[in-house]
Amino acid sequence: MPLYHSDDQAMLRDTARDFMAEQGAIRSQLRHWRDIGCKDGFGHGLWKQFAEMGFTGILIGEEDGGLGLGHVEAGIVLEEIGRNLTPSPFLTTAVAFVEAVKGTAHGARWYPGILAGETVAALAIDEGARHRPEAIAMRAERSGNGFRLDGAKQFVVQGASADVTLVAARTDEGLTLFAVEKGAKGLEVEGVRLADASIGARLAFDGVEVDADAVVGEVGGGETVLARALAAGRTGAAAELVGLGGAALDMTVDYLKQRKQFGKLIGEFQALQFRAAHLYSELEIARAATLKAQQLLDEGSDEAEAMVSVAKAKAGRASQLAVQEGVQMHGGIGMTDEHDIGLYMKRDRVLAELFGDANYHADRLARLKGY
Amino acid sequence: MADLETFRRDTRAWLEAHCPPEMREPVRDESDACWGGRNPVFKNDAQKQWMEAMAARGWTVPDWPADYGGGGLSPEETKILRQEMARIGARNPLYSFGISMLGPALLKYGTEDQKKHYLPQIARGEIRWCQGYSEPGAGSDLASLQTKCEDKGDYWLVNGQKVWTSYADKADWIFCLVRTDSQAPKHKGISFLLFDMASPGVSTKPILLISGYSPFCETFFDDVAVPKDQIVGELNKGWDVAKYLLGHEREMISGMGLGGHSGTLGEALADAVAADPLLRADVARFDVDSLAFRAMSEKFIDELKAGKAHPAQPSMMKYAGTELNKARHELVMAAGGSNALEWESERSRQGKAAREWLRTKANSIEGGTSEIQLGIVAKRILDLPGV
Repeated sequence: MPLYHSDDQAMLRDTARDFMAEQGAIRSQLRHWRDIGCKDGFGHGLWKQFAEMGFTGILIGEEDGGLGLGHVEAGIVLEEIGRNLTPSPFLTTAVAFVEAVKGTAHGARWYPGILAGETVAALAIDEGARHRPEAIAMRAERSGNGFRLDGAKQFVVQGASADVTLVAARTDEGLTLFAVEKGAKGLEVEGVRLADASIGARLAFDGVEVDADAVVGEVGGGETVLARALAAGRTGAAAELVGLGGAALDMTVDYLKQRKQFGKLIGEFQALQFRAAHLYSELEIARAATLKAQQLLDEGSDEAEAMVSVAKAKAGRASQLAVQEGVQMHGGIGMTDEHDIGLYMKRDRVLAELFGDANYHADRLARLKGY
Repeated sequence: MADLETFRRDTRAWLEAHCPPEMREPVRDESDACWGGRNPVFKNDAQKQWMEAMAARGWTVPDWPADYGGGGLSPEETKILRQEMARIGARNPLYSFGISMLGPALLKYGTEDQKKHYLPQIARGEIRWCQGYSEPGAGSDLASLQTKCEDKGDYWLVNGQKVWTSYADKADWIFCLVRTDSQAPKHKGISFLLFDMASPGVSTKPILLISGYSPFCETFFDDVAVPKDQIVGELNKGWDVAKYLLGHEREMISGMGLGGHSGTLGEALADAVAADPLLRADVARFDVDSLAFRAMSEKFIDELKAGKAHPAQPSMMKYAGTELNKARHELVMAAGGSNALEWESERSRQGKAAREWLRTKANSIEGGTSEIQLGIVAKRILDLPGV
């Protein structure tokens, strides 16, 4: 398979690009929901439109009513989300959660709502300020017919509006994943507005009782479920970062062609040209790494795990460079709330942390390679 | 798809049968590679056997048309061949500037007679080519070159000097940029000329580099007579050919970013990184960059073969690949510590680490400096205003 988009994928990209630019634009979505102080941080109307476009079913199999497509296609939508900073539960719900419950009884339970653009899902993994899924400490004790959950989670993206949250906890048998429904008794949800105006959540579990059928996959078999969710989420976040960084580059290059100082367009200055060209190079490489990770995941390759970390780390660094150079090259106007470039910087910071930052993934790559 | 699977199976079987075990070891250095030529130097029989077996199938240039000595493979088949070669660690059977640089330019700009004459010789490794581009006064400003080429009626007369001519002392022929019109604007008086390095009046002098190696030469032309039919492309339009060829040269040099082995640097330096957490962190970040670049390289080649690559993308690849290769060797030196400083000892294999480290510093200069590449990306891809 060549490492570029097929004709069908290019068609989806055109569709997603037009749709997101029209319906998911910063002014009508991100700024709107931020400025009215929306508690969800995104519009449910747009989520419905995502469903009508078929986006929410990209990773759901045809036998379950979805499109049966892959990570490449999900990434195409995410890149456009990234370009427009479109707030939506797409990454957590239609990518990470859909992959996590794939092949389990929870597919039949949750896929219809996701296909309809009605259900929102979240992932509760992190317990501290840093993403350390290897060190999950939250406990799930057997209780009656099911389990009792005690502990705390944070940085649960869309956790404040989720109908279902995938919770990682330890049982005597080992790591286990639970699908916990909204309103579970003993579950306290604190919505937290983050720097980019998205809403994360801190969850406190105080003896939350769930049935045995809340378990996703096998009791003690959480590693494989979590691995599926994280591979999808990380690769998806990488795609969103590539879109975000690409838009920041475009915006900055446009500015270099408009802004005059010393009687010249500032884009004539070699000092800025070289930095812009270096940034272009970094983003192209990040895009290639991300597409490679998506293809390897879709092929079910053994090499996918390492490439996922390469993609998340590379996209994180490239996008970080894009927003830093973007704000700097815009000068004073880049520091204003009125200009969009600063919004890219804030969103980049959140996505950079989500599912592990560039250092986490460089370290993870080293471990996977045995050093 | 079924055909491609058959092709993969047949290719795998053929490679298993024909690639000698010695040719499944990585190339140790530039002198360990097979370069062909009129008087080829083979390190061993395996090298000769491998080059000839591949050349007989046209697989030294798998995607060139069979009429010109190539394998006539489709982009998909070419990729499969490369994957199957990589799978067993098979070496490139023939290192050749004819393949990587001149061939593509001839395919695009050569006459039918020129293609029929020169390309099969390149494919079979019979003629070793060198590149006459840079001059003492024409480095980054290549188009200011002054080597004079006069029309003497039934032949061209060439006088001047080239510099940084890779392996000129070992080459059989040269592809050379010459000035055929000294009155025209600098880009419009250049022609692209081919001639035999054994011609009277051609002399070469190797240049000793900081690595202690002499891969480059000064090349002098003193009244060299060249047959009239050895210009490629139109008279005074050699700059178009030169630029097109440079794209391929940059593509080739960017391959240095791949590092020549399939594993990661961290695996190669496992002992050193285990003892130094900061080095491990640097190496891990490098490996992220390195594996990401490997994907970029695959994507670039796929796009190139499909006609989807931006014409200036080789500049981006050259920039990124060479900077990466320099970073790799800085880390190798850091991991090697004082062992890597030894210059002549047996145990250091005559200073392999240090000499290679120094050699890589030329990567971001040769074929157009990193700064030249960034300027090209800025102007031709990002469309930033020119000076």
